[in-house]
Amino acid sequence: MKKLLVFLPLILFIMVASFFFYALQVRKERPVSELASALIDRPFPEFELQTLEGQMINRNALVTGEVTLVNVWGSWCIACRAEHPYLQELAESGVRIVGINYKDPKESAIEWLNRFGDIAEFHIVDRDGRLGINLGVYGAPETYLIDSQGYIRYKKVGIVDDYEWAKIKPVYERLVKQSEAVDSGA
Amino acid sequence: MIPEFGHLALVLALCFSLAQTFVPMWGVRQQSAVLMNVSVPLVLMAFLLTLVSFIFLEISFLRDDFSLVYAANNSNSLLPWYYKFSAVWGAHEGSMLLWALVLVGWSLAVALFSGNLPLEVRAIVLSVQGALAVGFLLFIIFTSNPFDRMLPFPAADGADLNPLLQDFGLIVHPPLLYMGYVGLSVAFSFAVAALILGRLDAEWARWLRPWINTAWAFLTGGIALGSWWAYYELGWGGWWFWDPVENASLMPWLLGTALVHSLAVSEKRNMFKRWTLLLALFAFSLSLLGAFLVRSGVLTSVHAFASDPERGVFILVFLSIVIGSSLLLYGLRMKDLEASPGFEPVSRETALLINNVLFVLMCAVVLLGTLYPLVIDMFGLGSVSVGPPYFNLFAAIIFIPLLLAMAPGQILRWKRDQLSRIKPTSLLSLAISLTGALLLGFLLPPEFSVVLTAGAFLGLWVVTHGLIDLRKQIKNADGFFAGLKRLSLSYWGMQLGHLGVTVCVVGITFSVALSDSRDARLAPGDTYDLNGYHFELVEYRQVRGPNYVADEAFVAVTKNGRPVTEVFPQKRRYAASDQVMTEAGISGNLWRDLYVSMGEPLGGGAWSVRIYVKPFVRWIWYGAMLTALGALLAVADKRYRRRGVTSTSGATL
Amino acid sequence: MFMKAISATLLLLSSLNSLAVIDAHEFSSEEIRERYEALIEELRCPKCQNQNLAGSDSAVAEDLRREVFILLEDGHSDQEIRTYMRDRYGDFILYDPPVEGKTLLVWVIPLAMFLLGLLVIFFVVRAATRNAAKNIADDFESEDDEFFAGEDENR
Repeated sequence: MKKLLVFLPLILFIMVASFFFYALQVRKERPVSELASALIDRPFPEFELQTLEGQMINRNALVTGEVTLVNVWGSWCIACRAEHPYLQELAESGVRIVGINYKDPKESAIEWLNRFGDIAEFHIVDRDGRLGINLGVYGAPETYLIDSQGYIRYKKVGIVDDYEWAKIKPVYERLVKQSEAVDSGA
Repeated sequence: MIPEFGHLALVLALCFSLAQTFVPMWGVRQQSAVLMNVSVPLVLMAFLLTLVSFIFLEISFLRDDFSLVYAANNSNSLLPWYYKFSAVWGAHEGSMLLWALVLVGWSLAVALFSGNLPLEVRAIVLSVQGALAVGFLLFIIFTSNPFDRMLPFPAADGADLNPLLQDFGLIVHPPLLYMGYVGLSVAFSFAVAALILGRLDAEWARWLRPWINTAWAFLTGGIALGSWWAYYELGWGGWWFWDPVENASLMPWLLGTALVHSLAVSEKRNMFKRWTLLLALFAFSLSLLGAFLVRSGVLTSVHAFASDPERGVFILVFLSIVIGSSLLLYGLRMKDLEASPGFEPVSRETALLINNVLFVLMCAVVLLGTLYPLVIDMFGLGSVSVGPPYFNLFAAIIFIPLLLAMAPGQILRWKRDQLSRIKPTSLLSLAISLTGALLLGFLLPPEFSVVLTAGAFLGLWVVTHGLIDLRKQIKNADGFFAGLKRLSLSYWGMQLGHLGVTVCVVGITFSVALSDSRDARLAPGDTYDLNGYHFELVEYRQVRGPNYVADEAFVAVTKNGRPVTEVFPQKRRYAASDQVMTEAGISGNLWRDLYVSMGEPLGGGAWSVRIYVKPFVRWIWYGAMLTALGALLAVADKRYRRRGVTSTSGATL
Repeated sequence: MFMKAISATLLLLSSLNSLAVIDAHEFSSEEIRERYEALIEELRCPKCQNQNLAGSDSAVAEDLRREVFILLEDGHSDQEIRTYMRDRYGDFILYDPPVEGKTLLVWVIPLAMFLLGLLVIFFVVRAATRNAAKNIADDFESEDDEFFAGEDENR
């Protein structure tokens, strides 16, 4: 027993070093750590805000029984411009998209949409970012996937592109199937 | 051509380091004095070549050679020369070269100042140092080469040194810190030598002592300097954040402190040898681990040097080889030690055992807290944070008993003592400390402060014990000064070292309890009162620096109508990088810091301004400096550096 | 003079981009102000490279500081505010790891280590005391050893 005790420091070190090798591998694949969302499988928060058109809405306007992609964006956000064409593609293929215009003056937002095209059903104006706080938003672009009942099922921090959609698509399709089952059940 | 010569020198240094690794070791095997002695000229050549390489890098920076990628990324023609000089170690590649230079520097010091060492010991120590140098030089040459050029289109000008680094702190903090970090390698090498030669005795401990004390003194100073720099540079009055990079420097320090103390037992009583050996191995291992954490990108930190997993792999492999083989050696060579003379429950040894355990515990907690979020993240369990509240709590839990034990511990006798002998001292000290602490706790702050009382108690507890013991020591002599002279430098080193820690703790507790800060909206002519000081915003104006323009505030401080000082905080915009940086206006003395930092313009000629009054905050760094000084005093004790200390003990492992 | 005015204006305008850490909140009481200062040091900025809300000048940190202010003035307790933040941003936002769930181990392990440390001290001292009782001769081999140990003489 004493014999093995002298090798204890070595054994402990091997464990620690192995962990670090593993960590480096993970880090190579995932350069930046995303903050895991605390709201997965929880209902989309209540809110009472205006749309860009000036209409006052609440959560019921968002949760209409359809699987929805909620995209947080701002005219000040450069990456959002990069993401936009892909979202356009998604919208054209039938995905329901709702925007949250985050910490943005209304005029700048409208101008941005006129320039780059509007693909969302409507945009919720979150001028002071309080809806963002309730969602755990800390920047833009961020994208949420909510199911037909209004539960958040997926969050992506950063740009949604081909690579990202490849990960989101299975979840999206599963949620759509579930909502159809609910519909036919009701 | 200069960068190419620098590169060449580095490659040659690598060659000499390779020789330095193998030749002396071969000499030990062959028992050849010649081969063992050749380690000295080899080290000298390695050092000179690395120095030349470093100098050539400096020359490139000072001459604004922006064909050098490293210079283009980290310097700028408008930078004052002294910042160009220190920009060399302001980022990854150059700081690694500094690391290598310091490493071969320490090796040279060992080669030159080891007259009292047996030939074999010196040969092995230098050989291990050589192996370490080889690892670092390979890393630099192949993955982090500061001499890479961007031809044929050199940059027109450099991207500028990060404004936060354009400061005196950059000139002194890294060199001092590296002297400490890297100096721990000497302890490591001595430990390896002990294992290879099968010799772990009191004499080994005595050889090691001056080296570890010096390295530890530098590390203490380096960390303290880093803390002070963060305090005045970052503008929000904090001085320690338990950031992963800070923790990476603290962990070797914690084990280094344990080592410094464990050595005392090893040299005087020939005990705790396993502790000392393992601490020597682990302290430097943590230095290496720290370098890995900071440069591999596995941890998030504002101070992180590089986020490069590729380089991370190299460092990790190197680290694994070095640490893994040393621990394997430990397992293979560490036999049962012969029965030691032992000690009784009430003795200095027990106190030092408690010291060892507490410091190792603190190090383990810091390591756990730093790595925990990473572990959770890597196993896909989510995102968690471990921050200052956690570390501060454990620091208090560990350091309060530590200081409580330190005071009586330092006056206990070796091997066997009686509680009854020190009881009078401790009781007297308790009475004084308790009274004094409560008085201060009620009188100094606006309302009773537990933190301040605790700090005051610990301070008085340590100081009274020390003074009472000092009085006893000189009582038997023929007069006060004769008595003082009789005390060894080691003794003074110990007293000063412990006093330094205590001053630091008092600084921490008092400044936490008594500090105050307020945000205010100040236009020219506005005033604000805080803690008895009257701050007047005299005016705002534009100033121009060598490579920046700034909005400056002129704040006049008075107290009870009498002028105290003037401070000039600035909000700077640097020309090259277009970055904005706040430079706080600080006026400090032994008793308090007055600290003003600018926020943003609020319109109407007013700015948002933060005002701090921080009493006793400098005690934190003065205390640390005292401790470092104490360690150096102990090194100066001639008894440890006497030539020809006999090595008759056939003591084996 | 004109150029000075232009550059001054430009400097002021551009520095508005660097949102300051210094907010101008009007606290209704000293107690709330102190609680605010403590909370914003305890809460982590979700976006930054390891900074608390107090030290970060990012937009989300400013929003969260304002949120803390609003919640405090609304009468919520410190713990309620921590839970509020944790519900939205997860454990990540708490620099003081909760003593439950994913962070339970980070508290349990030190506890275990402390107990281990106590055991180590106990057993080492006990073994050493036994050795001392055996009166094994002290290994003083040279003058130096005695000299070093001799510091005790005057105590």
